[in-house]
Amino acid sequence: MDTPDSPPSLYAAREPVFPRRVKGTFRTLKWWIMGITLGIYYLTPWLRWDRGPSLPDQAVLVDLGNRRFFFFMIEIWPHEFYFVAGLLIMAGLGLFLFTSAAGRVWCGYACPQTVWTDLFILVERWIEGDRNARIRLHHQKWNGEKIRKTAVKWSVWFLIGLATGGAWIFYFTDAPTLLRDLVTGQAHPVAYITMLILTLTTFFFGGFAREQICIYACPWPRIQAAMMDEDTLTIGYRDWRGEPRGKLGTEGAGDCIDCMACVNVCPMGIDIRNGQQMACITCGLCIDACNDVMDRIGKPRDLIGYLALTDEVSEREGKTPKSVWSHVFRVRTMLYTVLWAGVGIGLIVALFLRSPIDMNVTPVRNPTFVTLSDGSIRNAYDIRLRNMHGEDAQFTIAVTSDAFVTLGLEGRDGLTVTVPANETMSQRVYLTAAAGTRAAVEDRSDVRLWVEELGTTNRVHHDTIFNGKEKEDDDD
Amino acid sequence: MAKPIKKEQRQVETTGHSWDGIEEYNNPLPRWWVWVFYATIVWGIGYTIAYPAWPLITQATPGLLGASTRADVAVEIGAVDAANAAIKEKLVAADLTAIGADPELAAYAERAGAAVFRTNCTTCHGSGAAGFEGKGYPNLLDDDWLWGGTMEDIHLTITHGIRNTTDPDARYSEMPKFGLDGILDETQIAQVTEHVLAISGQGHDAALAAEGAVLYADNCAACHMEDGSGDRTQGAPRLTDEIWLYGGSREKIIETVTKARFGVMPNWNERLSEDEIRAVSFYVHSRGGGE
Repeated sequence: MDTPDSPPSLYAAREPVFPRRVKGTFRTLKWWIMGITLGIYYLTPWLRWDRGPSLPDQAVLVDLGNRRFFFFMIEIWPHEFYFVAGLLIMAGLGLFLFTSAAGRVWCGYACPQTVWTDLFILVERWIEGDRNARIRLHHQKWNGEKIRKTAVKWSVWFLIGLATGGAWIFYFTDAPTLLRDLVTGQAHPVAYITMLILTLTTFFFGGFAREQICIYACPWPRIQAAMMDEDTLTIGYRDWRGEPRGKLGTEGAGDCIDCMACVNVCPMGIDIRNGQQMACITCGLCIDACNDVMDRIGKPRDLIGYLALTDEVSEREGKTPKSVWSHVFRVRTMLYTVLWAGVGIGLIVALFLRSPIDMNVTPVRNPTFVTLSDGSIRNAYDIRLRNMHGEDAQFTIAVTSDAFVTLGLEGRDGLTVTVPANETMSQRVYLTAAAGTRAAVEDRSDVRLWVEELGTTNRVHHDTIFNGKEKEDDDD
Repeated sequence: MAKPIKKEQRQVETTGHSWDGIEEYNNPLPRWWVWVFYATIVWGIGYTIAYPAWPLITQATPGLLGASTRADVAVEIGAVDAANAAIKEKLVAADLTAIGADPELAAYAERAGAAVFRTNCTTCHGSGAAGFEGKGYPNLLDDDWLWGGTMEDIHLTITHGIRNTTDPDARYSEMPKFGLDGILDETQIAQVTEHVLAISGQGHDAALAAEGAVLYADNCAACHMEDGSGDRTQGAPRLTDEIWLYGGSREKIIETVTKARFGVMPNWNERLSEDEIRAVSFYVHSRGGGE
């Protein structure tokens, strides 16, 4: 359509890819990883974990309504969001580590886009047949067979999408209750809308966009070039062994018989023999395909295989390449591992050191102090007490200071309050300095408020200020 | 896998203008952009029909959908009122002193009372309820109450107000204008002032105070009591403490005795509902001074 007079089109139409079925080590590995990751994703919301009567019993639950995140024995409150930030940092460093050691293993094996696309292709192959049958169906005119197969395929894809979107929302509220509400039509519209959006995105990304997401939409392939170096394992074609290509038995030909097996199995639709390229997600299927052919024609395996740039140089010179382990254990990967483990240990330590009780103190500054009828000076503080236990707890408030101040609680006789389980509670606290004492006449005195959980050693303190009434010189 | 785009230089039509050899391209607008533009025009026309849009003399065209943000707000207010109806009823039915004992009721009264206070009371008593010392607006945080600081007292004061002319049940008392009405002369006022300074523990002239004590017993003790402890049934302030509604200095006391004071508070029973009065009573009572 591009005539010399018209500007170049900014849109390049997708060329459909029809990956052929393949068997081998990496394919088996991918099946296992697919099973495990999908299993974790779909089943996790259904795991139960007993936390007592006042807390939900879902093992993994992001309770946005009550602002709590539950992960098995761990409960995260909003003020502890740094745990989530830490996990994200660990995820980032983990990706760096794996990328610098073995290239795009995330992309090739574990990325949801890859896993779901793999699942969708499996469905496609199951309904429409393998590569040649699918190509034929693609090119043939619409008839009953094509309509039926497409309809069945799309229906199965849609059901997978529905299960995917459905599983997602189960992470945010009690799964059995929500499932019942979803089926009976009583769930919140947000649940249905979220489910619908995720269903459609899964349907589109897995069914139609596929490798286009990796090539055009995903930022990760652009970033990871920075993590890769000449020692990073990637998938390569040993062209010094394979070239020149030729039919089996041709004089002077290399090991590559140009059977196109590596191209036909590739879910990205590329030719690995053109060298390392942006679209390659290093899924390893071309290795399986080529090894299968090499076995059959009686040539050594690994014409296509995992190798690093340094291996290529030494192999071309006829030297022995470095072992896989020396590629994986390098200063760079060690450094990433240390950083990753450091953040992880820090998080675990923080998790065990955190106090199950806490207190925030807001001094009332309107007014800064109140003069009582006997001339004593009183300050008010709004304190917020946090009880992270699963049971109600009794908290005792105390004050320590160089100045003489007495403590009282609004609406209570003693100094003890009961904070409900898994909640925060606000309480107004008064400090009073008798007339003429240092705290009463000094502008500011340091005071420390304490809160202690009765019957335990849990206690926290908060430093604040007591405002006195400065002596008035002129008695107007 | 998509095909890469071929990059070729192509001749584009220009506007014909040329400045120092720099020419201006005459590229057409992208077609998608033009269609979106047309779509917005169509949308705009539909919008002005459906929603209030065209300004007329007194109001805008109402629109076919009858949309009104004012009506939306009314619905929202109605929903909040409906949601609070039960607890309001409970608040009105509760014994005044029992509100604090019920956590649910106390939490509601505290918040609702704070809202009522901010809207109606802050003008005189300040946003922190600390009043205006020396200007006659009482501090509600301290332990000194003119008319009493129990829940019942505060509730009565807010309901009927003080010395207003709009509610016959308002709390009422009036201090005589001892100076202006010629009940006491200037010397006598000075003497009684020294006595007041004496009983409140401030610096004073003992000789004048002794004269003043006699005058105090005759003129002041009926309301402020013999010992100056005041009388809450009449709203007569205690004179022996550190809290002075209109200032406790010699000059201010002379001014008070001479001209008298007449602090007024409106009755709120006409403006606030019973549940609002109870809520704000609880709020004031729980600021630290409640008895």
